[in-house]
Amino acid sequence: MPVAQTMKIEVEDLRTFYGAKEVHHGISFHIEPNEIFAIIGPAQSGKTTLLRAINRTLEFTPGSRMTGTIRVDGEDVKKTRSVYELRRKIGMVAPLPVGLPLSIYDNVAFAPRAAGITDRRFLDGHVEKCLRQAALWDEVKDRLDSLGTKLSGGQQQRLTIARALSHQPEILCLDEFSIAIDPVTTMRIEDVLKELKREMTIILVTNLVQQARRLAARTMFLWNGEIIELDSNEVMFGDTPKDRRTYDYVNGIFG
Amino acid sequence: MFTETPFIRRKRRAERIAQCFFAGMAAAMVIPLFLIIGYIVIKGAPAISWEFLTENPRSGGAKGGIWAAIVGTFYIVFFSLAVSAPIGVLAAVYLSEYARENWFTRMVHLAVVNLAGVPSIVHGLFGVGAFVYFANFNDGKKSIIAAALTLAVMTLPVIITSTKEALAAVPRQFREACWNVGATRWQTIWRIVLPNSISGILTGVILQVSRTAGETAPVMLTGVATYKLLESTGLFLYHPIRDQCMALSMHLYYIATQANNVPAATPYAIATVLVGVVLVVNAAAIVFRIYLRSRKKW
Repeated sequence: MPVAQTMKIEVEDLRTFYGAKEVHHGISFHIEPNEIFAIIGPAQSGKTTLLRAINRTLEFTPGSRMTGTIRVDGEDVKKTRSVYELRRKIGMVAPLPVGLPLSIYDNVAFAPRAAGITDRRFLDGHVEKCLRQAALWDEVKDRLDSLGTKLSGGQQQRLTIARALSHQPEILCLDEFSIAIDPVTTMRIEDVLKELKREMTIILVTNLVQQARRLAARTMFLWNGEIIELDSNEVMFGDTPKDRRTYDYVNGIFG
Repeated sequence: MFTETPFIRRKRRAERIAQCFFAGMAAAMVIPLFLIIGYIVIKGAPAISWEFLTENPRSGGAKGGIWAAIVGTFYIVFFSLAVSAPIGVLAAVYLSEYARENWFTRMVHLAVVNLAGVPSIVHGLFGVGAFVYFANFNDGKKSIIAAALTLAVMTLPVIITSTKEALAAVPRQFREACWNVGATRWQTIWRIVLPNSISGILTGVILQVSRTAGETAPVMLTGVATYKLLESTGLFLYHPIRDQCMALSMHLYYIATQANNVPAATPYAIATVLVGVVLVVNAAAIVFRIYLRSRKKW
């Protein structure tokens, strides 16, 4: 079977730039369907930029460009016919919570509406489903009309997750989703992610090494725009990863 | 434990002095406003009456009222903003939401900045050439439409700038959140950016009302006559816009410097009306802004 059909995301020799600054120095890897794929690494190593290259929001930053190929479901994102369909296929949760200045309901209904769905009965059910998946429904079900921006930081973050799920993505990218969320709620969302794995591919960018260890099947250690190591979690978090730096990083004895 | 060291005491004294100084400067700002308005109103108010507001001028402006000038100013302001507001707002949306940095946008920015710096009399001369003679709305004579277009060109860069600022006040992360879920730029602008910047945009536009109403030099050259009665006083505001009109600013200049046998209070009365119109419009803008801000969503 050709590789292009089994891989959800393939990245080949990716280089990204902000102006003259090169972020990724030609990285290649692939992500399989329905796996939870973790990306760890220190700040400035290109984790967020990688996600933005995949859903092509990188191009909104003036002066940015990329070379190499990213294929989602075998289709080159640079040559895709509809970049909006591509972005709908990918749910993106940014590290800082962003509640849109709309009601909680409209926050979650925004993406379906932008895709042309107006059926109120469908939207009602869909909003509830997404908010339940994001572990937010019980807290907001009685005030869906109040503003999403007035929620607490942690609630807004879960609202962001609900919004990312609202356009029924096949790939869910979580960029540091848990920094504004308490540990208990984080665990609830992690449980949801394990469920969602059956329906979608999940890319988990995290600074919490233990979170990558708990959730992912494979973990990629990105540092200064290069892949230090990418392997199954048994190897990455075991006693003998191939690269000494991986062992140091995941065991917190770096430097 | 909390005893003050001499260093802290010096700091606190400097702090108090600085604060007083800045507060004083801020207060100084208010003084000319009250002096100007007080002076004009005290000298002009006795001459203002219902007849003064609703009658046309007689005897070269020495007698009668200023009705034709009020209506003329209204005409010029209305038509000039009817042209400049839509063009300015749409151009600003393009510049701040769509345009990338390239030679074209750099040229537009350059034009905006320079156009804003051109003195109004130069705009007036431009208006004479472009709208009075070239566009020729009124057989080579001045016209309301020429004056309105001249002022529109003049206010356009300011409206573009204020609109761009209002749009820039909407946090970028809102836009990115929309793009991330597959919304187009237009969907993002229509559902998120414009609803949350409309108060700032409208404030910028409304503030141009006072500027447009007060300009004398450009309209004097392009559309305003010293004495021109309304074609029809029967209908509330009927006047052919291809014709000339009177305007408060020009009428004030004329009455104060050119006309003979004018009661001393009349120029101040005209000034009071002009300032009053401007203040009413600005106050309306402020109330409107407060209303929209109270609905602010983040």
